[in-house]
Amino acid sequence: MVGGERVHLDVQGLGKSFGATRALDEVSVQIRAGSVHALVGENGAGKSTLGKIVAGVFPQDQGELILWGAPAMFRSPREALERGIALVAQEVALVPRSTVAENIFLGAEPRRAGFIDRRAMREQFERLAADAGFDLEADARVGRLPLAKQQQVEILRALARAAELIVLDEPTASLSAVEVERLHQVVRDLAAAGRTVLLVSHFLQEVLELADTITILRDGRVVRTGPATEETEASLIAGMLGRSVSRTYPPKRIPAADAPVALHVEGLQAPGVREASIDVRAGEIVALAGLIGAGRSELGRAIYGATRPTAGDVRLGERALSGTPGASIRDGVALIPESRKDDGLMPWRPVRENVSLASLTAMSRLGFLRSREERRRVGRALERVSGTSLLDVPAVTLSGGNQQKLMFARAILTTPRVLIADEPTRGVDVGAKRDLYELLVDLAADGMAVLLISNEMEEILGLAHRVYVMRGGVVAAELADDRLTEEAILGAAFGTAPAA
Amino acid sequence: MSGSNAAAAGRTGASFAAYARTAIGRGGIAIPFLIAFIALSIASPSFLRFQNLANILDQQAGIIIVACAGTLVLIAGGIDLSIGAIYGLAAATSLNVASSVSTPAGVVAGLAVGLAVGLANGVITTRFRVNPLIATLAMSFVVSGIAAIVTQGNLVVAFDHPDFQLFAATNIAGITSAAWMMIGTAIAATILLSRTTFGRYVYATGGNAEAARLGGVRVNGIRVATFALSGMAAGLAGVIDASRVLSAQASSGQFLTFTVLTGIIVGGTSILGGEGSMQRTVLGCLFVALVANGFNLLGLDPFYQQITLGVILLLAVALDAWTRRFD
Repeated sequence: MVGGERVHLDVQGLGKSFGATRALDEVSVQIRAGSVHALVGENGAGKSTLGKIVAGVFPQDQGELILWGAPAMFRSPREALERGIALVAQEVALVPRSTVAENIFLGAEPRRAGFIDRRAMREQFERLAADAGFDLEADARVGRLPLAKQQQVEILRALARAAELIVLDEPTASLSAVEVERLHQVVRDLAAAGRTVLLVSHFLQEVLELADTITILRDGRVVRTGPATEETEASLIAGMLGRSVSRTYPPKRIPAADAPVALHVEGLQAPGVREASIDVRAGEIVALAGLIGAGRSELGRAIYGATRPTAGDVRLGERALSGTPGASIRDGVALIPESRKDDGLMPWRPVRENVSLASLTAMSRLGFLRSREERRRVGRALERVSGTSLLDVPAVTLSGGNQQKLMFARAILTTPRVLIADEPTRGVDVGAKRDLYELLVDLAADGMAVLLISNEMEEILGLAHRVYVMRGGVVAAELADDRLTEEAILGAAFGTAPAA
Repeated sequence: MSGSNAAAAGRTGASFAAYARTAIGRGGIAIPFLIAFIALSIASPSFLRFQNLANILDQQAGIIIVACAGTLVLIAGGIDLSIGAIYGLAAATSLNVASSVSTPAGVVAGLAVGLAVGLANGVITTRFRVNPLIATLAMSFVVSGIAAIVTQGNLVVAFDHPDFQLFAATNIAGITSAAWMMIGTAIAATILLSRTTFGRYVYATGGNAEAARLGGVRVNGIRVATFALSGMAAGLAGVIDASRVLSAQASSGQFLTFTVLTGIIVGGTSILGGEGSMQRTVLGCLFVALVANGFNLLGLDPFYQQITLGVILLLAVALDAWTRRFD
């Protein structure tokens, strides 16, 4: 412990179970005032649970929270907020139809004679936004904002309540590179202003950059707590996994020079895509890079037929794609959607049904399901993605990593020639991430053409053979070989480098 | 990966609710059903008589047929509040046509009316994106109005065409043809839901419509089909009850919608879509029927029966919401 600094929150022997699952076991952590304290661990290690107990989302079973030296017990997030603790959750919890300012002051609106004082609200908002350095409009509808901006709204909401301890749960999971940098600055500013930040994150580089202290959790227990300066990415991973992992990315396997073009997109126009022409050869992993809102996911969805292109051509080998999801699946294109929760998972349906959804025709005769065939194929696909072996549990009970593996298994079952993977490792723990990277490389080695859409620079550099950078709905650059560098990608994404 | 598999087991509170959900789903309605059955057997000696049980089956025929189709609608994420109105219109129409043309024509006319309204419900809720609750509620007023015009507000009778009664009231192996039709419908619906790709797509549509669409499911087609089946089932129920008593009234289905939804939801089908089973819907409807039968056999005030059913429905919906709170 650094001497002389006050302890803001002392977590003592915290325990929490969900049914038969022990989520936290005897967890003790001291969080010093004004520090950035990071929690790292795999999904299911208990870091989000700890963050949520601190913020009053649910109560602990055992142990105590000592806030500023006195025991505290929160029965709701509201009670935690009254004691100066705010949670910015992994999934934004805002009222989409209300404005930015209304969301920020929701439940704590400045009032005059019982009515909301709109002018005071506006003034307070402007001051808050300026302090945080956020470029937000008070009257914009939150539902229309990109996720990154919605997150800023959440942070302002915490600041508006004068929170002293802010729990950030995976704050950068859905942000693009430049937005991540901006958020990092906000975290530094918060700490500089004397506030305490409890940061829950999967991104080890981020944790190492921002945190003063890091606590590693594994299976609901504290592995160790120590100064960030004494940790490295490798030491964190080793602590989280309980073993050492030499490399995160499997070696790249360069496809044959004469491999045929599997996916050919020419002059495609669609909602969010002004004009895009790309090629992906069989066996190749091609990444789409760019800022949020550059049109990458929109391009992926238009190729798949999830949205209707307004102009242009998508060809699979020699065949033109007809532009509906059903036809794309039949022709050999699979999509792993950006948000598995919104667009992929049927949370309460069993694993088996989640995996077989897109290939039931192959497992049925005259409209009747062949159950044994289904179980066999689903089991094999899950084995291939090293996913769960429990076919009959609801998907919602799985960890993020295993849920994502269901999406991969579903895609693989349709035997695609082209796989569009949109943020394939979002909200996925380190172990599962590694599995998915190996899988993507394997699939490409087997001749699949992979179009990877990702916000993680590391992931793009670690996996892609070639990169298209999008900016403002158009393909701004194509980078390969020596020119495939972080600087070149960022340059093209921001428009600072001459386009290729 | 051992690491990620271990992580799979420990996923926040969702697992606890999911366990509760699975347990309730599997055992669910069977337990209260058995309790009601045993209690009635003890309390009333006449309950276990074959004739009383056969009567229950006969009286529940229409309700269970409608509930089977209604289960499909609910699982696909919709709701059909127009079944009672369709039932009334189909009953009156079939009786009119049966007495003026022939029995088979009467049956076909009743089914056709139901199918037509059901298709309209489906198109309105998908193509024009009207919320199904509102669309079918509005439709029930339209259809009730039409039925009142068709019958001119009177009781329609066809006592001079006893052959029409053969459709529902023929005794086959001790129970009526209506009961046999109910059994056939229940078996067919069970197979449709649990053994066919259509059934799977119904679950997927209600489980996550966007995921289903991206998985190649024609989501709107599935929804239209469930509404069409629901309409046709309500039509069949109307024909059966008109045939049984050779009379029909436009307003005769006013409690049907409530009874059917209670049976489905008590059986554990979620009003939020994506979940439910045909077997449990049948048990749910029979449970509701047992409660009603019990009130009759024990000579209790029928008003208490209404209160009891209302409370049971509320409890069932609350339980569903509670086990889903981590979704």
